[in-house]
Amino acid sequence: MGMTMIEKILARSAGLPGVAPGDVVTVNVGTAVVIDQNFMHNRMREPKRVWDADKVVIMLDHIAPADTPMRANIHKAARKFAEKQGIGKFHDVNGGLGICHQLVADYGYALPGSVLACVDSHTCSAGAFNCAARGIGHPEMAWVLATGRTWFPVVETVRYEFVSELPRVLNGKDVILHIANTYGDHAMQNVEFGGPGVAGMSMNMRRTIATMCAEISTEFAVFEADERCIEHVRSQNPDAVFEPQAADPDAVYADVRTVDLGALEPLVAFPDTVVRNSRPVSEAADVRIDQAFIGSCANGTLDDFEVAATVLKGRKIAAGTRLIVTPGSQAVLLEATRRGYVETLLEAGAVVTNSTCGACCGYSNGVLGAGEVCITASTRNFKGRMGSPEASIYLASPATVAASAVRGSIADPREMM
Amino acid sequence: MTIQGKTWKFGDHINTDLILPGPVMLMPYDEQPRHVFAANRPGWVDEVGAGDVLIAGRNFGTGSGRPAARSLKVLGLSCLVAESINGLFFRNCVNYGFYAMECPGVSEAFEEGDVAEVDFAAFTVRNARTGQTLQGRTFPDMLLKIIEAGGIYPLMEAEGMLADPNPETA
Repeated sequence: MGMTMIEKILARSAGLPGVAPGDVVTVNVGTAVVIDQNFMHNRMREPKRVWDADKVVIMLDHIAPADTPMRANIHKAARKFAEKQGIGKFHDVNGGLGICHQLVADYGYALPGSVLACVDSHTCSAGAFNCAARGIGHPEMAWVLATGRTWFPVVETVRYEFVSELPRVLNGKDVILHIANTYGDHAMQNVEFGGPGVAGMSMNMRRTIATMCAEISTEFAVFEADERCIEHVRSQNPDAVFEPQAADPDAVYADVRTVDLGALEPLVAFPDTVVRNSRPVSEAADVRIDQAFIGSCANGTLDDFEVAATVLKGRKIAAGTRLIVTPGSQAVLLEATRRGYVETLLEAGAVVTNSTCGACCGYSNGVLGAGEVCITASTRNFKGRMGSPEASIYLASPATVAASAVRGSIADPREMM
Repeated sequence: MTIQGKTWKFGDHINTDLILPGPVMLMPYDEQPRHVFAANRPGWVDEVGAGDVLIAGRNFGTGSGRPAARSLKVLGLSCLVAESINGLFFRNCVNYGFYAMECPGVSEAFEEGDVAEVDFAAFTVRNARTGQTLQGRTFPDMLLKIIEAGGIYPLMEAEGMLADPNPETA
């Protein structure tokens, strides 16, 4: 019986000839990504010895630079752990700073055909690179670091076939909101993305879609590895050895669903949940906003800076509204600066911050107060996610967020592009 | 292993920000469970008793990798039975040693306050009031053994794999 992409990656990582839904398999982890959160409250007890220091990367991201003595101690602990274990790939508060999933992409740490683990739920982001990447818990990360192994259930797979081309103003965010709206959550299911529409998607767009698969509760979410994907990994990580995995022609799927990219329109997820909660932007028009936010592991890319700058060129943020833009990495910020996007944003009245998880998780750089309304191009709109549980969070693409910042209320970006 | 306890009922898509809100994660570790469901069911933490059972709908625990399952365990809940459970949340249940089972139909079979009998050998859930028994989804012994041990840390401690906790980040 043929296997899906994810089944082939799991089989290969488990050293088995095949796996099938219903199995629970023990796999070798290709890359383990450790972040500052691991060290907070010793959630991840440190193992005495790491199984392979070359396969571990450490990144400070959820709050970096430190904002309190507690966070400074967390960063200190991470540095000490890296030194003690001989872990060379350490992303500190410097030019290498960034949100872990952006850095995994920037540095080519996600290897096609392999398993990548990190405690953050949006680790599925690296599925854009044909990598079986997922969030695991903090105690599990201690086990992974000590042994290099963990277990995964093999569950049924849904395949999405992308056809035609996404209209220019739309974003991967609109694609995933469409899927979440049409098909609901995917708890206990894997998702694979393929079809002729993938070729026209930038790696950033694929990553937005893969990242947001955390919001539909997939076990794993992976894209086919095409030339663009492989070229990206080779150029960023020239020494890496990897073997992309394609689905067998006779792979068995729970369902195959076609998404006509050309037929999609900008969507807005209404407050408190992403699943089956979006409407066309026209139906959200005139919701007044206090804050607009562009950032996070889902939408802090150079593509997102470009689209925001396109919308904001020659325009101003509405009085009484604030736009906060947080890059996915300092490298993204540097390139966005070189290309003039940052200047355009600043001239429009946006506040551009350092790279960190920031407002997306309600930690810093744009936390919401009671009664405030925010439209965000980040990952989640859960009640209380960005600060007060009495705040309302609408979720949309960077173009929709930028247009809304200009209007002071939720706006259709097609009117400004 | 059979667990018997009074049930509390919650709906679909109960997320980790409701169980362990972001700002609460910055508070001292021991205080965090006191804030479970503060946004959607204020005061509940004072009503829930040791050994009680959480019954929930689809996609329980959707969201982040934060130690939300730990909060439920520290509150004294004996187990979770939901229509479906987010994969990451389930991993955390196993690795923090918190019994959890997926059981289609469980939401409809229970009214809040009913006593549930949850059998983790047969993977069944019985409502003591109605006598109805439901079949839950099984998982392998390997995972059950981790739960029975109290999670992955006791197993790693026994193997001498862990360094002493860092007092500066406690």
